[in-house]
Parts: sequence; C-alpha cells; structure tokens
Amino acid sequence: MEVETGAIVKEPGSSNKNKTGSWRTFRPLVSAKCTGCGICGWYCPEGAIKIIEKDGKKSVEIDYDYCKGCGICSRECAQKAIKMEKEEK
Amino acid sequence: MKNVVEGSFAAAKAVQLCNPGVIAVYPITPQTHIPEELAKMIADGELDSEMVRVESEHSAMAACIGSQATGVRSYTATSSQGLALMHEMLFVASGMRLPIVMTNVNRTLSSPINIWNDQSDSFAERDSGWIQLYCENAQEIFDTHIQAFRIAEETLLPVMVCLDGYILSHTSEPVEFLDREAVVKFLPGYKPGFSLNPARPVTMGPLGTPEHFIYFKKQQDEAMGKALETIRKVNREYSSISGRLYGNGLIETVNLVDGKDSALITLGSVAGTARALLDKMGIGLIRLKSLRPFPLEELKKACQGLKSLGVLEKDISPGCNGALYNEVRSALYGLDGRPRISGFIAGLGGRDISMRDMEMVMRKIRCRNGKLPAKEGKEVVEWLM
Repeated sequence: MEVETGAIVKEPGSSNKNKTGSWRTFRPLVSAKCTGCGICGWYCPEGAIKIIEKDGKKSVEIDYDYCKGCGICSRECAQKAIKMEKEEK
Repeated sequence: MKNVVEGSFAAAKAVQLCNPGVIAVYPITPQTHIPEELAKMIADGELDSEMVRVESEHSAMAACIGSQATGVRSYTATSSQGLALMHEMLFVASGMRLPIVMTNVNRTLSSPINIWNDQSDSFAERDSGWIQLYCENAQEIFDTHIQAFRIAEETLLPVMVCLDGYILSHTSEPVEFLDREAVVKFLPGYKPGFSLNPARPVTMGPLGTPEHFIYFKKQQDEAMGKALETIRKVNREYSSISGRLYGNGLIETVNLVDGKDSALITLGSVAGTARALLDKMGIGLIRLKSLRPFPLEELKKACQGLKSLGVLEKDISPGCNGALYNEVRSALYGLDGRPRISGFIAGLGGRDISMRDMEMVMRKIRCRNGKLPAKEGKEVVEWLM
C-alpha cells in the first residue's frame, strides 16, 4: 500500500468523504413535538442537524451519514422531542 | 579562532547560526543555560527567533510541532523530567515526520530526585522515532547541532542532540565556531514539502485506521535506515567546511588496529576519560555517536576479530541489564566468533567515573581476553559503585 509520508492528506474535504454514521448504535428520531427551535443543532458536535421548514412548520433534519448517535441532541431538547432508538444492523 | 565557552553556549551559538524561526522552551536543570543564552541573543538583537515561553515541556514540544507544521524551522531544549513530560508528543512529532531539533542535556530521572548526569532520560525515549546523537565534548556539541538541522530536514526525522549534564553543559572548553556564511551555505533555509497554509489546505496528523497505521510505522523505520547514509554524508560534508570529522558520523573507533583483541564501547563524555587511557591499557575504543539509528553493520565490522568487549553505560533497564549492553549483544549475535561481552553500569545520578574506575574496567576487559569470568562462568554485568 502506498501511503503519504507523515500521513499528510493533501486534498481538503476528506471528512466529507469519510461517512462516520456507520459508527452509530443509537439513532435519534425526531417526533412531531419538535418546534424547530434548533437547540439540538447548536449542541450537535458533528454539525449533523439543520433546521428545515415544511408547509409553514419548522422542524429539524438529521444527517444520518455523519450522526454518530451520541444522544446530546436528545438530552438537550427542551420539548423532549428526540428519542434515541437502538439501531439493529 | 578558538573561544573558551561552556558546552551550553556551544549549543546556543550553533542554534543561533541555524536561525530557527521558533524556539519553544521551558527551563529545567541542567538545560537552563541554553535557553538563557538564546533569550539573551534575542534581547540583544543577535537572533531573530520567536521565543515561545510555554508552561511545560509538553507544551514546548506541542508548540514546536505546530510551528514546524506551518513550515518554520523549530527548536527546543530540555532535560530529564522535562523530556519525560514530552514523551507522548515525541511520538507525534516523529509520526508526523516533522524535522524538529532538540537538545537534551542528559540528567537522570527521579526517584530519588537527582539533578545530575546519566543517560537514563534519553535512553527511555529511544523508541520514540527520534534520531539520537551523543556528544563527547563542547566542540562536538557545536558541530553536531549544525549537522542535526541538516540531517533532520533531509530525512524528515526529528533529531535529539544529547550532551551530558554539567560534565559538558557547565564545563568551559575551547571551541571553534563557524561563520554565518559557511553555516548558511551548509544549511539552506527550511523548505517543507507540505505545510499548514490556508491558501493550500492539507490535513496533518489525521486518524490512521488499523488498516493503514502499520504502513506509516514501516515507513518511519525505513526512513531511520536511510538516515544512516544521510548521517555519514552530512558528517563528511561538514568536515569539508570545518576540518573536523567524527568517525563516520555514526561510530568512531580509536586505537582499534588489526590484531587488537579487546575494546570498550561507550557513548557521550565518558569516552574522553577512556581515550586518555587507551595507550596505557592497550585496548581499543568504540564510541557510539548515533544510538538511533543504530549502526549495526559498522558495529559488527568494528568488533570483527575482537575477543573481549566491554560496554560501559550510564543507564539501567531494571530487570534486564543496561540498554546499550542488550543492544550490543543483540547486534553481535550473528557475528562469527563474537567477542565475550562484559557489561558495566556506571555513573548513575552523576556518580563520578574516575580514571581509576576506567582503568579497572579496561583491565577487566583486557584480562578476560575472550574467557568468561572464572567465578560466574558466564557473561556478566557489573555495577561500578
């Protein structure tokens, strides 16, 4: 295998390519109680949550390609709208 | 022109001439005179380096890693507990292949607390992926530092220049300096292949998965192997500008003529004591200058035909002899008719190795003449105390 001296990654954007969602054991699920306040997104260490607006109602969307299932969003949600569910693989 | 200076000043003077962009240091006995001299040079406008006054040696190495990664020649100096505190960062520096140069002023490690010289501190870091070069006197300290930057930058391996605390660091000896032009010609500015630069983003120090990690370590080991030739070459080139040659850069043999059947191997300043007794005692000296990379082939060649070899070292690996004794025995394992090897642990925690001690060691090596010590009936390691 050819590897770069000192393990330098010469091109930016490699973390986009390296999808870390497969590490997840618990999957956050957003219920209808969500008001789209976005607190979960501020706390998300992966930046995997964004606020969306659909039919005039705000909510959040989780990017499962990068969500590692840490559960911080669920813990911080003021509405208790995010449930962590064991993911069977 | 010769100048009478401390070993510490010889190191600082060489560093000044090599002009690192960043010097990150934390003071620790007996390294202190080096950062003091460098700080004074900066204050007097004689050195244009950024001096980072960090809160620990761990931070000193972290700062050097950061600055070297941005493409700036970086230097630090430490001793003993300071080197131990850097331990994990040493592996980061070498794994990232950053050619940092560090002076380690050899001092033992606690406990009991002791500020004096032995080589336990750097021996404990011999697996950290750093080149380790040991100096015998103040002139060699000056010369080795200038060589160290060249060796580091050509091999992309960090270099630790080791010198014995007090015995070298605080002792004044005549030293000949080089002028700035000669050093600049010998050591051009540092040009990294890659560096941290927002205009051309790269990632340094990423995650290495189990699939990839071993390849990077193999690469590091191969780079150490190639460094043997780089060190030899730099030693030769340096001699053409200075007139001074240190063996082949890796090991130096003295009084080891054909037919000589006994020799002592050691490293650092104690080689000077040995040198003074070689003619009287009729034995040869092998001075190891480079502990990493370890000059296996040169050592085997130097020991060919010897009947009796003594290893004198200022370190101990409790439970398994001295580290150098183990390495020398391992190196000579495959040598046909290898010499009988006697180990000597001496000078721990600054205990003086006197001429009398050295004479006794040499007499034992010579008298054994290929035979095992009668009482033990096997190769032994003795403590000088």
